[in-house]
Amino acid sequence: MSVAEEGLLERNKDTMTLNMGPQHPSTHGVFRVVLEMDGEMVTSSDPDIGYLHTGIEKTGESKLYAHCIPMTDRLDYLNPPGNNLAFCLSVEKLLQTEIPPRADYLRVIMCELTRVASHLLWLGTHALDIGAMTVFLYCWRERELILDLNEMISGVRMMTSFIRVGGVMKDATPEWIAGVKHVIDILPEKVDEYESLLTRNPIWMDRTVGAGAMTKEEAIRWSMSGPCLRASGVDFDFRKKRPYSRYQDFKFDVPVFTNGDVYDRYRIRVEEIRQSREILKQAIEKLPDGPYKVDDNKISLPDRDKLKTSMEALIHHFKLVSEGVKVPAGETYVPTEGPRGEVGFYIVSDGSSIPYRMKLRAPSFMAIPGMCAMMKGSYIADVVAIIGSVDIVMGEVDR
Amino acid sequence: MIDWVFDFISDNAGIIIGCIKAVVVAIVLLQCVPFLVWLERRLMGRFQVRLGPNRVGPFGLIQPIADSIKLLFKESIITNSADKFLFHLAPAIVVFTAIVSFSAIPFGEPVTIFGQTFGLWVANLDIGLLFVFAVSSMGIYGMVLGGLASNNKYSLMGGLRSAAQMISYELTLGLSALGVIVMTGSLNLSDMVKAQETIPNIIIQPLGFLLFFIAGVAETNRAPFDLPEAEQELVAGFHTEYSGMKFAMFFMGEYINMITMSALVTLLFLGGWNSYGLPLFPILAFAGKVFFLLCVFIWLRSTFPRIRYDRLMTFGWKVLLPLSLLNLLFYGFIKAL
Repeated sequence: MSVAEEGLLERNKDTMTLNMGPQHPSTHGVFRVVLEMDGEMVTSSDPDIGYLHTGIEKTGESKLYAHCIPMTDRLDYLNPPGNNLAFCLSVEKLLQTEIPPRADYLRVIMCELTRVASHLLWLGTHALDIGAMTVFLYCWRERELILDLNEMISGVRMMTSFIRVGGVMKDATPEWIAGVKHVIDILPEKVDEYESLLTRNPIWMDRTVGAGAMTKEEAIRWSMSGPCLRASGVDFDFRKKRPYSRYQDFKFDVPVFTNGDVYDRYRIRVEEIRQSREILKQAIEKLPDGPYKVDDNKISLPDRDKLKTSMEALIHHFKLVSEGVKVPAGETYVPTEGPRGEVGFYIVSDGSSIPYRMKLRAPSFMAIPGMCAMMKGSYIADVVAIIGSVDIVMGEVDR
Repeated sequence: MIDWVFDFISDNAGIIIGCIKAVVVAIVLLQCVPFLVWLERRLMGRFQVRLGPNRVGPFGLIQPIADSIKLLFKESIITNSADKFLFHLAPAIVVFTAIVSFSAIPFGEPVTIFGQTFGLWVANLDIGLLFVFAVSSMGIYGMVLGGLASNNKYSLMGGLRSAAQMISYELTLGLSALGVIVMTGSLNLSDMVKAQETIPNIIIQPLGFLLFFIAGVAETNRAPFDLPEAEQELVAGFHTEYSGMKFAMFFMGEYINMITMSALVTLLFLGGWNSYGLPLFPILAFAGKVFFLLCVFIWLRSTFPRIRYDRLMTFGWKVLLPLSLLNLLFYGFIKAL
């Protein structure tokens, strides 16, 4: 559509149409929103998405289940293990496999590390949106440690593809565990450091308290999930309400705030970093021994060294790589709690080794209408704060 | 012929010396800008657990020069819908007013060389402070016109914001300086420094100093008051559409204004070139104080989030202005007694 057709050049009216994005410094990627401005005040907002369309969902319909996993990494690119996990849980539910405890614990550790990394990235960019430049680089410093851990265990810093159908990619090494322990040790002190720069800062509070407030009912009505929902006073977390991957083994609190404004969304995420650290600490302490993937060569690849000695292992390896896992016909959906909210894959299988349909429930996508509702009646500076506080990732919005 | 030249020089010595001084000051001032850019990037690097520029030249000192060469050779893009004349004029106004306003700043006692007495200033005006205020607030035209001429909505909003901000904070700036003027009884900046020979004004008028400095930060559009160019909201505010050297001129204007404002704070409140017992050349004492204030500017930028537009106005009109009026009233009373 041209600019004229969209009415951007319309004259003779009291308001000004402001096109924000897709190339704007703080629309977090390629989100575009057309704002109707009365001076500095927003009277209405119209979101426009699709600038980062990758066709991952559709591509999934022609790829083996194992080949879908690297694509899920690229949906919400700040939460790759979480997406892997959501996908694998759905496939495993169709396969009706029982995952060994060590694999579950490793999955939890990876997911919580990523949640911390994702929240750190969020905190940094959100603070940068509001103009606090230094917090951004402080957060990056700690996120770097987590990315190094990712590299240590999977060879890749971000798109780890670490969680696989039937378990995880490989076992944790002592060095990696020591690295995770180091992150656990330093995290509380570092979070205090960020908070000392922001939480009681009068300018920060001026900018965030009351901005983009959303009541409990509105949050439910707009189908918000994750931190945005909990900031509005709804105590809902899939890790507690419908535990998966043995989350029931860990003691942690689900922080809930009541105002539902940008400030509460900030505080809830900071609190979640602390709680994730608690989970990480328990998971590392209680990490059970045992296999890191299911002992079923129809689902997970046999060990590499067995290929040289066992004919059966070689055949299984060949069949799994060339043909893939045969997933029984049926459809399923397993919700998980990602850093941005409810992440889940709805998978329809026709009995072959390729999904018939793969559909992602993306929290960022679901949050966009609610986010635009929040913008109404706020200042343009608030729009930036609101977009930041909802934490949208365009990779999973457009998929 | 030679005689005529000598006659001309001796007849017009004042004007010629004045011109030379003006050129020297302008060149030194312009040379300070790349150094200041370097200092800012370097210091911000230290604040933010990174290194800052360190590849080009020793400690990355040549980096800003490399940057300005890059900017000089960049294509200067002008949008079709822009008002060409105003678009070219705006950055020139910003730099011109920034340099001219520095001309009334003295930076030391007059020195005697070869029997000639030179004042360390371009112009020792009796209305020095007023002149600096008047000229530096003209710079706002550059920003407003730049925003208007670009024909871009973000630029327009940036220009509007800068106009509103300047008007609100100029009042506080003037009123808090009035406290000093009342006590000194002169608008001449050299006289103000002389009045602080024993004790700097910051000790006598701490509130006035704070108000003046806050308003000064707002006046120079520096963080946390950098709303006219709020990158995260308005892309780049009034200079969104500018590129190449014209963009660099806005940049230069901002940094020169920072130096001028630091110099003003030094002269008004920190005792100018008085070194208070420290064995320092007067000019070094002055430069040191200005340098310190510039570092404070940079420190502020790396610490604070940006204030919101409506809060900026509230803060300016409802907090700073009444406080500066009270401040003036208080010192007026003291003077009257």
